[in-house]
Amino acid sequence: MSGFAGNDETLTKLDLEVNIGGIRMKNPVATASGTFGFGPEYAPYIDLNLLGAIVVKGTTLEPRLGNPTPRLVETSAGILNAIGLQNPGVERFIGENLPYLAGFDVPVIVNISGDTIEDYALLAGKLSRAGGVAALEVNISCPNVKKGGMQFGSDPAMAAEVTRAVKQNTNLPVVVKLSPNVTSIVAVAEKVAEAGANAISLINTLLGMAIDIKTMRPLMGNVMGGLSGPAIKPVAVRMVWQVYREVRLPIIGIGGIMTADDAIEFILAGATAVAVGTANFVNPRATMDVLEGIEKYMVEKRVQNIYELVGAAHR
Amino acid sequence: MYLTDSEVINQQMILPGLFLLTLHAAEVAGAARPGQFLHLRCGKTLDPLLRRPISIHFTDREKGEVSLLYRIAGKGTSLLSQKKRADKVSLLGPLGNGFKMTDGNESISVVAGGIGLAPLYFLLCELSLTNRRAAVFLGSASIEQLILVKEIKALGHQVYPCTDDGSSGFHGPVTELFEKSVAKRGSDNQNALTIDLVYGCGPRGMLKRLCDLLRQKQIPGEVSLEEKIGCGVGACLSCACKIREGGSGYRYHRACVEGPVFKAGEVVWE
Ligand SMILES: Cc1cc2nc3c(=O)[nH]c(=O)nc-3n(C[C@H](O)[C@H](O)[C@H](O)COP(=O)(O)OP(=O)(O)OC[C@H]3O[C@@H](n4cnc5c(N)ncnc54)[C@H](O)[C@@H]3O)c2cc1C
Ligand SMILES: Cc1cc2nc3c(=O)[nH]c(=O)nc-3n(C[C@H](O)[C@H](O)[C@H](O)COP(=O)(O)O)c2cc1C
Ligand code: FES
Repeated sequence: MSGFAGNDETLTKLDLEVNIGGIRMKNPVATASGTFGFGPEYAPYIDLNLLGAIVVKGTTLEPRLGNPTPRLVETSAGILNAIGLQNPGVERFIGENLPYLAGFDVPVIVNISGDTIEDYALLAGKLSRAGGVAALEVNISCPNVKKGGMQFGSDPAMAAEVTRAVKQNTNLPVVVKLSPNVTSIVAVAEKVAEAGANAISLINTLLGMAIDIKTMRPLMGNVMGGLSGPAIKPVAVRMVWQVYREVRLPIIGIGGIMTADDAIEFILAGATAVAVGTANFVNPRATMDVLEGIEKYMVEKRVQNIYELVGAAHR
Repeated sequence: MYLTDSEVINQQMILPGLFLLTLHAAEVAGAARPGQFLHLRCGKTLDPLLRRPISIHFTDREKGEVSLLYRIAGKGTSLLSQKKRADKVSLLGPLGNGFKMTDGNESISVVAGGIGLAPLYFLLCELSLTNRRAAVFLGSASIEQLILVKEIKALGHQVYPCTDDGSSGFHGPVTELFEKSVAKRGSDNQNALTIDLVYGCGPRGMLKRLCDLLRQKQIPGEVSLEEKIGCGVGACLSCACKIREGGSGYRYHRACVEGPVFKAGEVVWE
C-alpha cells in the first residue's frame, strides 16, 4: 500500500511494510484466526491482495465437528463464542483450502491447535512441507476445547514446550498466540521467547459466560465461551504494552479492533502488526477501513515509516 | 452478495410489534431468491454489535426495492423499527441458499408458523408468476395476527388458516391441520389433498413436527432453520445446523451458506 506523507513539496511515499519475525507483510493489517474463514468468504467484499497477511481458521490434525449450538451469544459490545475448533483437519486444509490462497500475493499464516505436544509437532511438520504457508501461528490459548488449548497457554513451562516442539519441526517463522486468561502475561511471553518463538500474537479471547435469566440456564451450548470484540480491547492493549516492555519480539496486536483508531492504539502500545477479528462480522470491509485509516493517520502525524509508531506511547 | 448502505423507502407498522420495511437496493432486489436473507446493521453504536438476519419478504425488481417483514424481538429489531424514510441501513446480502424452486408441475404446499411466513410469502409470489398454485397452511396466535390472507388468496393460492385460540380457521397448531388435510403419498384418500412438495418456515418446534409428518407421509420438503448468525458469510461457524450424513452420522452445515433452507429429511432434531 502506498500513500504520501505530507502535502507540501517533500512528498514521501509511506512505508507500511513490516517484518513479523521473518514474515514480510506489505502493511500491518492481518485477519484474526477464526473470524475470516479460509479467505474466500470475504473475497466478494475486499481485495484479499491488499491485506498484510491472512491468518486462517484454526487447524487440527483430525477433522473436528465442533461444539453444540448455540455457539455464539452477544454481550455488551462483545460476543462470546464456543465454536470448538470446527475444521476439516490439516490434510483437507492442505488439499482444498490452501490452493485457493496460493492465488494471492499475501502471506498465509496457518493457526494450529492440538490436544498434545505431539499434535503440534506433527501439524508443524505437515504444514511446513505443504508449501504456500508463510508462517505458523500456534494457538495455545483456545478456551473452547476440553483438552489442550488454553491449558498449554496458562502454564509458562508448557507454553515453552509447545513452542519448542513446533520450532523443531519447521523452518517457518513461528508466532505463538497467547491466552489472556493468565495472571502474568509477561511470564508466559518470556518463556515462549526463550523457547524460540519468532513473534507473539496478543490476545486470544477472554473466558466468559452469560446466563438467560428467563430460563435460568447458561445461554451457550458449551456453558462458557471466549469473549471478543470491543469489550476486550483495553485488556488487550494493556497486555501488548506489558509484553512490549519485557520481551524483544514483534507483536501482532489483536482484540476488539473495529477502527483504525483502535489499531493505532495497539501499535502505539507496541504491536508491529494488528489482526482484525470480530469487526469483520460487523463490517466485512473492516480490514480495509483500518488500513486506510492508518495511512491517513501517518499523513496527519507526518510519519513516513510505520515503525516510528510502534511502541511510541512508551517513549 | 452485496454490501451497501440502502435507503429506507418506507417503514410501516403492520401490527403492534410487527413492521414492514422497504429498502432501495437494486442489485439485491435483482439477485434475491425466496428463502434468502439480508444481514442488517440495526444501530450505529457498538451495542448491539452484530448485524441481524432478516428474510427477504418480497422484492420489486422494477423499482429496485426489497421488503422485509419483521417482529420486534429485542434491541436490534427495536432499533431497526425506528428507521425512517431516507435513513440509511447497511445491508449485506442476499445471503444463504434459498428454497429450491422447481419448474415441474408438482402440487405444492406451504406451511408457515407466525413470522415464518415472511420468506414464504416471497416464494408464493414467485410461484404465482408462473401460474403455480399452492395450498398454504398459515398458523398464528389469533385472528389479529393472521396476516396476508387476502394477499395470498389474490396470488391465486388456497389458504388454510389456523389459530392457537380458535379465533379464526382451525383451532390448533398448523401442523395438526396439515396432518389432517394432506394425504400420505400414494394413498387414494379422496378427502385429502395430494401434495408432492412442501416448503416450511416457523418456530423450531413446529418445524420439527412438520419434518416428522413429512417423513410419515413420505412427502419431500424443505424447511428454513434459524440459527444464531454471526458473520453471515460462512467465516465464523456460529450458525451450525446438524445435518444427517452417512446413516446415523451428522455434520454441521452453515445456516448462512449451505442453509438456511435444508431438506426436511436431513435435519437432525435434538
Ligand atoms: C436466516 C434468518 C432469517 C430471519 N428472518 C426473520 C424475518 O424475516 N423476520 C423476523 O422477524 N425475524 C427473522 N429472523 C429472526 C431475527 O433475526 C431475530 O429476531 C433478531 O435477530 C433478534 O434480534 P434483536 O436484537 O431484536 O433481539 P435480541 O436482543 O438479540 O434477542 C431477543 C430475543 O430473541 C431471541 N433471538 C435472537 N436472535 C434469534 C434468532 N436468530 N432466532 C431465534 N431467536 C432469536 C433471543 O434469544 C432473545 O430471547 C431471522 C433469523 C434468521 C437466522
Ligand atoms: C468466532 C471466532 C472464532 C475464533 N477462532 C479462533 C481459532 O480458531 N484460533 C485462534 O487462535 N483464535 C480464534 N479466535 C480468536 C480471534 O482470533 C481473536 O484472537 C479474538 O477474537 C480477539 O480479537 P477480536 O476482538 O478482534 O475478535 C476466534 C474468535 C472468534 C470470534
Ligand atoms: S454466520 Fe458465520 S458462518 Fe454462518
